[in-house]
Amino acid sequence: MNNLLEINNVVKRYGDYTALNNVSMHIPKGSVFGLLGPNGAGKTSLIRIINQITMPDAGEIILDGEKLAPHHIEHIGYLPEERGLYKSMKVGEQALYLAQLKGLSKSEAKKRLKYWFDKFDIGAWWGKKIEELSKGMAQKVQFIVTVLHQPKLLIFDEPFSGFDPINAQLIAKEILQLRDEGATIIFSTHRMESVEEMCDYIALIDKSNKILDGKLDDIKKEFRTNTFQVGLNTSNGKEVEAKLKENFKVLPADFRLLNEGLKLNVKLTEGNTANDLLSFLTSQGQVQHFVELIPSANDIFIQAVNKNS
Amino acid sequence: MSRLKLIIEREFIAKVRNKSFIVMTFLSPLLMIGMGALVFFLMKKNDEKVKKIVYVDESGMFSKDVFKDSKTVKYEDFTALGIEDSKKKVEEGDYYGALFIPKQDSLEVLANSIEFFSKDSPSLSVMGSLENKIEKKLRNEKLTKFGIDLAHIKASKISSDIKMYNFSGEKTSKLINALKIGIGLLAGYLLMMFVMIYGNSVMRSVIEEKTSRIIEVIVSSVKPFQLMLGKIIGNASAGLLQFFIWGILFFVFSLIASSIFGIDMMEMQSAKVSPEQMEAMQQAAGSKGEMILQEIFRLPLLKMFLLFIFYFLGGYMLYSSLFAAVGAAVDNETDTQQFMLPVMLPLILGVYVGFATVINDPHGPVSVIFSYIPFTSPIVMLMRIPFGVAWWEIAISMLLLVATFVVIVWLAAKIYRVGILMYGKKPTYKDLWKWIRYNG
Repeated sequence: MNNLLEINNVVKRYGDYTALNNVSMHIPKGSVFGLLGPNGAGKTSLIRIINQITMPDAGEIILDGEKLAPHHIEHIGYLPEERGLYKSMKVGEQALYLAQLKGLSKSEAKKRLKYWFDKFDIGAWWGKKIEELSKGMAQKVQFIVTVLHQPKLLIFDEPFSGFDPINAQLIAKEILQLRDEGATIIFSTHRMESVEEMCDYIALIDKSNKILDGKLDDIKKEFRTNTFQVGLNTSNGKEVEAKLKENFKVLPADFRLLNEGLKLNVKLTEGNTANDLLSFLTSQGQVQHFVELIPSANDIFIQAVNKNS
Repeated sequence: MSRLKLIIEREFIAKVRNKSFIVMTFLSPLLMIGMGALVFFLMKKNDEKVKKIVYVDESGMFSKDVFKDSKTVKYEDFTALGIEDSKKKVEEGDYYGALFIPKQDSLEVLANSIEFFSKDSPSLSVMGSLENKIEKKLRNEKLTKFGIDLAHIKASKISSDIKMYNFSGEKTSKLINALKIGIGLLAGYLLMMFVMIYGNSVMRSVIEEKTSRIIEVIVSSVKPFQLMLGKIIGNASAGLLQFFIWGILFFVFSLIASSIFGIDMMEMQSAKVSPEQMEAMQQAAGSKGEMILQEIFRLPLLKMFLLFIFYFLGGYMLYSSLFAAVGAAVDNETDTQQFMLPVMLPLILGVYVGFATVINDPHGPVSVIFSYIPFTSPIVMLMRIPFGVAWWEIAISMLLLVATFVVIVWLAAKIYRVGILMYGKKPTYKDLWKWIRYNG
């Protein structure tokens, strides 16, 4: 069993509207799995089905080899995008209550809460009401509550929203550490830079359908365009460009180069390799810059969604 | 099950710790009692002022024997002055009014030619008491004229009390009927108040979870149905605690009040009636108190108590699940109006129908029908039960209530489950119907 979670042919309808259309994906154990998609694509519907907040109309979900059942809620931690806590309840009592709802005993919950409160240095908040805390402080409490019962599967929906960059960094570090300790993480976000930073795997949902999934590196390879940013120090740029056009596809480029010179994006065509391009360039002048254009998660997202529509 | 317990506990504590709950629990009985005491005090003050009334009796039939002074009214005989001078004196002095009894040949004419002059319009009770005194005197005069010995009249007084039985052998009486009406109305009214206060509190608690957005975290741990049930039970427990405290406070306060005001109350009564009447009344009151106690114990108390619990809980659960569904359907309290009306309507109808029909005829067709309809049955049946309701009627009513309860809770839970995760647009009834048909 390499997959902690298997989603097989899940369909969810609300009246006439189909929120999820035959969606399948496998989430490997111990990975950070990015669940991406435009607004209204069906991400939240899928997350709610995994959390058993709603039931799918068809399809099945397998958690750690077992068909998803009510007792599994103890193995799932969920941080919803729209988060909140009881405003007039005290931090400590609230954390204890939510932990007990997830199946922890009161004493165990207390012990673990102490660990986390010490770690985040927020012990002084224990007796305060949520309404007395700032938004960022409340988010920290909510993060702790989400991970406290040490679930196998953690689902974070926009975990960094509401955090300043320093606290966002802290939370990112904690998430990666939880992965390293064996938890599997589903990570839903619109911030593509954090996808680059955190995700091992991604899946892209658009208009109720999964349109893409796999290892992030593999997807990047799939989306590579074999295009290279080239910077060349040469006196007769026009001539070089014309020669390049005979064998390669040449596109205008805009990147920063320290010395003046020829700047181009060069796409390999059928039958030639990066080495062919490089050796041609070295014969023409001083090569200053030679980098493959790797598609960013952002590029992949936009391309895939545009293609789908 | 343990999760349900956790939820009930949290809801209970959240409710009980709420400042408004504490204030309501301890302040409102104080306020009520304070108001009562104030009214009592003012009434006493109002009565304490002695009214001086003068009378000019030209007929010569009335004397100080008829116009006996009481604590609040003093009479003075101004016959010697004549009516015109008396009127002047009354107008100038500190007098309440002047009664003029002219000389007439026939008693009938006399009865209708007596006049009262005063600065302001006299109080009804004073006039009533004057008329009483005059009528009594004139009647006695007439009786004497007919040659009837007054002593015979006094001796001939007799009162009858028809003993009433129903065919199952239970003894009934007017007194106990009044008692039954009192108990029934109180029970029905209590249920309505409870449903209104705590149903609303369930609704507000649901809305709070929605607006604070904690709901999604909670329902990822527990089933929405469990949450709804926990909320309903938790709020009801807080409500029962509040009623319990009120009961104790009422008991304590009435003990204190009776020990402080008890004597005063006796005095007040004795002011209005003569000593011998007083004695008779006290005797009557004593035996009446005993009788009430006897009658209460003759009621099927255990049956009434059990049915009270059943209808109270049944009615509350039925309505509060509707309140929970309303709370789930909207985003804020101001949007609840359109859904509240159909929920409140049957509740209020039940109370009105109960008040209007059960008092007159607890087994009349309207009361019977409304004690079957599940939305009004908890209130109307509670009002009817003290009068004795056939077991099969109760069975039908209970069965209907339970069946409706199951259906309504199922529907409410469906609306609740979808509604708690819906934000934005205020739903229409059509939307609610759509939610009910959603799967899973």
